[in-house]
Amino acid sequence: MQLVRYLIKRSIRLAILLVAVSFLTFLLVSLSPIDPVRAYIGAEMLTVSPEQREAIEAYWGLDQSKPVQYWQWVKSLATGDLGTSLLYRAPVADVIADRFLSSFLLMGLAWLLAGLLGIVIGSVAAMRANTWVDRMIRGYCYLLLSTPGFWLGLLLLMIFSVWLGLFPVGLSAPVGVVSSEVTVLDRVYHAILPALTLSIIGVANVCLHTREKLLDILNQPFILQAKANGFTGMKLYFRHGFRNMVLPAVSVHFASFGELFGGAILSEQVFSYPGLGEAIVEAGLNGDIPLLLAIVLISACFVFIGNFLADVLYQWIDPRLRKGGDQS
Amino acid sequence: MTKKVMIPLILLIVLYTTSILIDKDMIQVQLLTKNHPPSLEHLFGTDWLGRDMFLRTLKGLELSIGIGLLTAVLSTMIGFLLSVLSTIHEKIDQVISWLVDLFLSLPHLVTLILISFTLGGGFKGVVIGLALTHWPQITRVLRGELLQLKEMPYVQLSGKFGQSFWWKVWHHYVPHVLPQLLVGFMLIFPHAILHEASITFLGFGLSADEPAIGIILSESMQYLTSGMWWLAFFPGVMLLIVILLFQSLANSVKNDLERDIQHEAFIEHSATNHSASENKSPYS
Repeated sequence: MQLVRYLIKRSIRLAILLVAVSFLTFLLVSLSPIDPVRAYIGAEMLTVSPEQREAIEAYWGLDQSKPVQYWQWVKSLATGDLGTSLLYRAPVADVIADRFLSSFLLMGLAWLLAGLLGIVIGSVAAMRANTWVDRMIRGYCYLLLSTPGFWLGLLLLMIFSVWLGLFPVGLSAPVGVVSSEVTVLDRVYHAILPALTLSIIGVANVCLHTREKLLDILNQPFILQAKANGFTGMKLYFRHGFRNMVLPAVSVHFASFGELFGGAILSEQVFSYPGLGEAIVEAGLNGDIPLLLAIVLISACFVFIGNFLADVLYQWIDPRLRKGGDQS
Repeated sequence: MTKKVMIPLILLIVLYTTSILIDKDMIQVQLLTKNHPPSLEHLFGTDWLGRDMFLRTLKGLELSIGIGLLTAVLSTMIGFLLSVLSTIHEKIDQVISWLVDLFLSLPHLVTLILISFTLGGGFKGVVIGLALTHWPQITRVLRGELLQLKEMPYVQLSGKFGQSFWWKVWHHYVPHVLPQLLVGFMLIFPHAILHEASITFLGFGLSADEPAIGIILSESMQYLTSGMWWLAFFPGVMLLIVILLFQSLANSVKNDLERDIQHEAFIEHSATNHSASENKSPYS
């Protein structure tokens, strides 16, 4: 019952957030100097007479006032119609559906890899706190936090694709193959380098949090007791350290979805990997407003889901918080 | 001032002044020496037009540091102003907290793309975009601090003495949060530089004729497959070094200030304990 109430509360928050984000982005986009008719017609703008232009504007509802336009857009959003992409001349929903899968694969791979590596490295750092191993790991993390992700991508591209020739230079599938014949393996193969870039950067955050959390735990009296009982090393870690540390660490990792998405935009651009990130850049550069708006909304949902999962992990999976705890 | 603060600070100042001293005319197109790998004559090699990459990189860093400083100052100011406003009334506070949440609910880069899309890119677009995306965190910190400060007896008292709101802001709030403003500013700076390079790299930021690091790196993309690694490697390394320097500067200043604050709290704490045990007057 409590869970249901919690879910309803969260859904309402998501709805309010989406309304606010859609309003804000619509406001920003309508303030922009980009002329949607010009963006649609492109180079042949000169051949369009004023009458034709008016007809196009009327067809799209551009002659109506901004609030009316916004209302129309929200109404069609509610029915699942995201509009038509000017760039791809196809419904936005179709354009996104294809790219969503690619991006999902990329971000999923990167997220898992970063999480696993981060927790392992962070644990090692905490268990060997203040030794040279710990110092090396911390140095590595601080270095990565300052590294431009797209530059790292460029370096990896140079080393693995250009010099060693191990991975393809771009795209999410081999060139010259019909899309129905692209196997899952092909997709994963093309996603490895971009995902690696993303996860190398993402490791730093998880690793530092894991280390901090584990150090907190290791300083508590029950660890001293456990040590006195003869538990050391791996046994101590798995019996007492890991169990206490893993939920907060995974939560932090879920809450980093925003950075993951931002990183994916850059990484997809470097590797010309056709995902949502590349689409938002193309949409922005070419004035494809419907596509831009749709991806902004998707990214807001994405971040929200990440934060939601982080919350759920904290509040509903940990039995200590569930029992008699205050969930407000 | 400790060594840990001075060393990065001096290095940054040296780097910035040398990059200012470089005249734009020194970066000349010399087709005779194009596509040269790094050598003693051209430390970072030359590009496809024979321009010296070392000079171009330094010039790009000047631009990056300039934009970083400007946007960090702007977003710190926005953060301070909003947190001051949120002390005026509970309703305003709620609105501002909600705005902070709203801005944090979109990925940074997406907001940046949107804002520079609206403003049509360029220097103005980048600066405004960066300033408008980096204020939420500092606003959160300052808001909490100021809401506490507002309830302090001496601040309440000067209100009762008839001092105006802005007098209180200037004489009580600003001196109190100055350390946080400084630390916030220094922590925003490396982020701003990174995001500037990213957004320029994507094509939304500075225009292609500016010598920005983002531009240099996105140009280098076309020459990677022909093995011209120096075009991408060195500019990125220099950017990384500047960010690392500023990060370490910010961390040392933060540690210094926090130590001072802890020390103050310790003195206050022991002083109150002391007086509590000594003065057992009927008034207290």
